[in-house]
Amino acid sequence: MTAQPTTETATILRPALPVFRAVVRTVVPEAKALDDTGWSELEALVEESLLGRPRGLQRRLRLFLLLLQWLPILRYGRRFTGLDSRRRARFLSGLQHHRSDLIRVGFWGLRTLALLGYYGRGAAAQAIGYHPDPRGWEAS
Amino acid sequence: MFERAYDIVIIGSGAGGGTVAQELAPLCREGVRIALLEKGPRLSDDEFSGREFEMAQVLYEDGGGFLTADGSMTLAMGVGYGGSTTVYTGTSIIAPERVIQGWNVPDLGFEEIDRRSRKFMEQNNVHFLEDGQINANNQLFVRGCRRLGYGVEQFPVNLNGCKGSSLCNLGCPNQAKQGTNRVQLPRAEREGVEVVTGCEALRIDGQTVLARVAARPAGAKGQPSPWEVGEYRISAKIVIVCAGAVNSPALLMRSRLPARLPRLGHGLTCHPALILVAEHERRITNFVGHPKSYYLDQFVESDGFILETCMYFPFTTAKSLSGFGEPHSQFMRAFPRLQMILVLACDHVDSRNRVTIDGDGRPVVHYRFTPAVKRSLARGTVTSARIFFAAGAERVHVPAAEVTTVKRERAEDLEKIVDERYFRSGSVSVSAAHIQGGCGMGLTAGDSVTDSWGRVHGAPWLFVADASLFPDSVEINPYLTIMALADRVAQRIRQDASDLLS
Repeated sequence: MTAQPTTETATILRPALPVFRAVVRTVVPEAKALDDTGWSELEALVEESLLGRPRGLQRRLRLFLLLLQWLPILRYGRRFTGLDSRRRARFLSGLQHHRSDLIRVGFWGLRTLALLGYYGRGAAAQAIGYHPDPRGWEAS
Repeated sequence: MFERAYDIVIIGSGAGGGTVAQELAPLCREGVRIALLEKGPRLSDDEFSGREFEMAQVLYEDGGGFLTADGSMTLAMGVGYGGSTTVYTGTSIIAPERVIQGWNVPDLGFEEIDRRSRKFMEQNNVHFLEDGQINANNQLFVRGCRRLGYGVEQFPVNLNGCKGSSLCNLGCPNQAKQGTNRVQLPRAEREGVEVVTGCEALRIDGQTVLARVAARPAGAKGQPSPWEVGEYRISAKIVIVCAGAVNSPALLMRSRLPARLPRLGHGLTCHPALILVAEHERRITNFVGHPKSYYLDQFVESDGFILETCMYFPFTTAKSLSGFGEPHSQFMRAFPRLQMILVLACDHVDSRNRVTIDGDGRPVVHYRFTPAVKRSLARGTVTSARIFFAAGAERVHVPAAEVTTVKRERAEDLEKIVDERYFRSGSVSVSAAHIQGGCGMGLTAGDSVTDSWGRVHGAPWLFVADASLFPDSVEINPYLTIMALADRVAQRIRQDASDLLS
């Protein structure tokens, strides 16, 4: 089954889609090679995973993406999406090791969504050599 | 609002609910009407695809990513026909005698837990896998342990016709695992217990259960609920809550009960766990074969941790590795060469760790890692890393460290590299699947929620029969102990049936 975005769920990520994609490319460098279909599948998985979660969590995610986009201006004079990949990685690393629990946990959640979207796809599993078969030993 | 009437209503179909349903089913021959309400769906055999995201969304609460209140841990709780017994690995261990003694529950001794556990071991075809069925991921763990002089043990497992798909945690696609979905629930249904899937118990109001059958999204997996969409008032003479250690206390908190239960939601433990990964030079069999065949428990009493073999799926593995970018991707690209170990901390009751509900009645799990738990996870990480290297691994991922990849040549420095001070929320991925407590057994409402037979204090018609009964951590995979306790609850209900049902 391939997850398909729906009108209802597409609103969760859509306002910050360029920021989310920039995060995914930094968290999983292989995502730079994704085509439109790959991105569409990745985002649909993330949207589906957020469906039914408390609205407060969805709001916090949107807020975190917004902060993530604008905070780099204080340090680099550019928004997150305007940074080169080295600076993006350095900025995210700062969030990951931040002294505030809230920031670290927020980044952990965002990182988890990026990994879910990327590695939740069948193509990504195949690419890393993971191809289980329900027939188990018989098929190996 | 639809109205229904039964003599007994069971809420939940996992190790607790499935067992109670089977054990009470003979009452149906005497005309007793029994319904079991299960929130999740009943899947057809051919719907177990083994695909990670798809199956996790269907078979786990919040897709397996139920977050604790501060977001520092995810909880894996099974939903659907069979509950968590559909998604565990089938490891079947009797609770240690010292643990049951330590619980200090009146009238509950180890001999009884042992006897009842053995009954279900026989019923569920529990046995040891033969050597030829043990894959390299497990063999390497054994080799590493033996080289270090550790007393590694094999897990007895409840399998019948295992083909080694390795997909246990996504629901066995070959129906080999003997969970309640394969054994106890079908038996109960044959005897006349009515199982209503897709039906969520919202609250208990006196001896009435208020429940809802929600509309299924188009294309959703599973069979439609046997009841039509809508809200239900279900009257019952006996109600047995078996919704698990998060949802059982939450359901009772949402309910109107005749008694005050100050201990409700308290006493939560969960065996917080780390998934550790190591890379070998050569490809090993890891995602073929049973994933969890061995364990090491010799450090439980001294350091508070258990190690188990494990093998997870791409997203779960990716989430468990700390960091991001190229170093993270390097481990993921090595997937066919990865060995995995699960570190479980044997946490104990802490006053801050408990279940509450939010304004919408949703369960909220408050959990803080105590210094003892952090220490156990750090000690477990060091021991696992030693086992990995002794088994021949080249690189080990240690999440609680400044630099999270340790190469073989630095194996001697593990004690310095892994440090509990790096154990900070959001830096290390911690998950738990053995959630226990919240409706603990004891003597009075001052120290517990139920008596030693699972009867809620002050409500003689209301019982609990699941892991929420545990007064403290069981320190091993819990399902057999849940079944033993549920068997005991059912026995008490059968004994008192004439009074309770009159």
